[in-house]
Amino acid sequence: MMVKQKVMGLSGDEAVAWAVKQCDVDMVAAYPITPQTIIVERFSEFVANGEVETEFVACESEHSALSACVGAAAVGARTFTATAANGLALMWEIVYIASSLRLPIVMAIVNRALSGPICIHCDHGDSMGCRDASWIQLYCEDAQEVYDTVIQAFRIGEHPKVQLPVMVMLDGFVLSHTLQNVKILPDEVVKEFVGVRKPVEVEIPYLGGKVPLVLDPEKPLTFGPLDLYNYYYEHKMQQHEAMENAREVIETINEEYSKISGRKYGNGLIETYGLEDAEIATIVLGSTAGTVRSVVKQLRKNGIKAGVLRLRTFRPFPAKEIVEALKNVKVIGVLDRSGPFGGYGAPVFLETRAIFYDEDPRPVIVNYVYGLGGRDMHPGLVKQVYDDLQKILETGKIERHIKFIGVRE
Amino acid sequence: MSLKINLKEIALKKPLILSGHRLCAGCGASIIVRQVLSVLRGPTILVNATGCLEVATTIYPYTSWQLPWIHNAFENAAATASGIEAGIKAMIRKGRYKYDHVDVICFAGDGGTYDIGIQALSGAFERGHDFLYILYDNEAYMNTGIQRSGGTPLGAATTTSPAGTVIPGKTEHKKPIADIAVAHRIPYVATATPAHWADLMRKVRKGIEVNGPAFIHAFSPCPRGWRTPAGKSIEIAKLAVDTCFFPLWECENGVWKLTDRSLAVARNPKLKKPIEEYLKPQGRFRHLFKPENRHVIKELQERVDRIWEDLLKRCENI
Repeated sequence: MMVKQKVMGLSGDEAVAWAVKQCDVDMVAAYPITPQTIIVERFSEFVANGEVETEFVACESEHSALSACVGAAAVGARTFTATAANGLALMWEIVYIASSLRLPIVMAIVNRALSGPICIHCDHGDSMGCRDASWIQLYCEDAQEVYDTVIQAFRIGEHPKVQLPVMVMLDGFVLSHTLQNVKILPDEVVKEFVGVRKPVEVEIPYLGGKVPLVLDPEKPLTFGPLDLYNYYYEHKMQQHEAMENAREVIETINEEYSKISGRKYGNGLIETYGLEDAEIATIVLGSTAGTVRSVVKQLRKNGIKAGVLRLRTFRPFPAKEIVEALKNVKVIGVLDRSGPFGGYGAPVFLETRAIFYDEDPRPVIVNYVYGLGGRDMHPGLVKQVYDDLQKILETGKIERHIKFIGVRE
Repeated sequence: MSLKINLKEIALKKPLILSGHRLCAGCGASIIVRQVLSVLRGPTILVNATGCLEVATTIYPYTSWQLPWIHNAFENAAATASGIEAGIKAMIRKGRYKYDHVDVICFAGDGGTYDIGIQALSGAFERGHDFLYILYDNEAYMNTGIQRSGGTPLGAATTTSPAGTVIPGKTEHKKPIADIAVAHRIPYVATATPAHWADLMRKVRKGIEVNGPAFIHAFSPCPRGWRTPAGKSIEIAKLAVDTCFFPLWECENGVWKLTDRSLAVARNPKLKKPIEEYLKPQGRFRHLFKPENRHVIKELQERVDRIWEDLLKRCENI
């Protein structure tokens, strides 16, 4: 049942802090890095004012922050951390360990360009770098979605069929530092929605049957043993299966959440606009989607059959849904906010090309890299992309399969 | 507060680390762990940094541990313990945890403590988490094949500080890790060896019982890396103390005390043996006895004497 919500002027970072505040989180461990700092500052205020019962561990590095989350999550606590760019790079080792230990940690990534050269502004190079780390990755378009997605993330990660950590992405500065009216659910409604974290049970014969998967002195389990060629592979397969299970869980929770909030984000995996009859379309992640949509709206008014698909979930990659949504599109432009550096294209492009391989007819798919280091992707540049797509549609000629938008060449 | 240690009772206790693990015969770490686990206070969770102890006790699907145990990575045992302690604290506060208190103990080697783990350790000390960190110091990266660490003493031959024709083993002294712990003004810091077992157990129990971080620097002979016979580990640990190379002390809330054999040596200086007696049985120091390398032994002796003199000045119980 939908409930009355209060509207607050919040930045994306503040929206994260508010969501975490309401999710009955036991431990937050973090280290400050621009543009994530507001998250930890606001949350520290909640702690200092006794508004939460959470333990806040102000670590001496991001590496330790995620390590502390691993420890806390392993004893059954609900945990959260947040970082960006270099902070995520420093966590790298533990990013993989957290998912392999199947700990449903939630981490907000305020997308920022990786050094060097050092730059504090937005691109997706940081989170794209760990796309194969077996973390669920959800990219948000605005501060409202950031708030909603952090709440959903705990449910997704903690789902018995998933048990994986979740990254919630918000674009540095564009979202993190920009105020927006955000609808906030009542505390008790969020509390009920997320519930108390309930660790899954595992069958351990030498402990006499089913035991909760936590470090418990009464039922002593060994976490993080040496795992060699005779079992490591099976454990990786289980992670892969958990990722596959996550698709349905993300959809269900998106649906369930809409019932209390009145908001949903496509089917949870992708969100489309204008694709019913589109001949040309783009795929885009994060805050740029809003700009693209406004351009598409204008183009459609001018009779151009344009559309856009916003990829909300990048991991697991919603292959089936994308193919279905774009099945009538003739030319697809994939917008990537991270560099290809020696690859055939940037990450979203590569996956998109791959999933259309078996389709007949196969659409033309080209890559547009944009916005590295926070370079603005204004409507004029988006228009350039669609003009290019239209030209390809009309002429059938592809100049280059990858283009860099808005850069001095 | 102080635990009465009764060897007979301890021997009858159910072991919390089971036999069948793959640690080498004569490994100091396994003896230290058994001693530590025999003086636990109550429900306990163990954290283990990457290293010999971790790999040799947990080859999946087997485990030697009869306690909840977690290995996260190499450098983050202290950070992992921070999270365990903080997470439990919050769950207790919210009334959803089944224990009133859980003790958290970390085991880490010298690589995971002196070198790659010192940042996480220092951070956890500064934040004041209630946990006991036990460094088992075998003075090199034994798990990866005897490479030098910040804990390797001057002159020791390792695979990355070999005894060459020009350079006679490691050219730097051991980092004073326990002093660094003391400098954090945490409630309890002590040194220990498995040879002085009653002293070690008493210190471990104290480290568990103090409120806040505690650090125990345990000397851990390594037959494989030190080139010593497996049966000599305890003897070598005794020599380390008798020569004052590894003095036994504790620092509780800023009050320093010598303990066990080191206290006896302080009270009767005639008991102090020359450093050669400690070096001689160990293959890693063999090259130091060549005439051209004798200066290293002299330098080691001077260092040992200086540290010992400093310690005598600090300790209030002589």
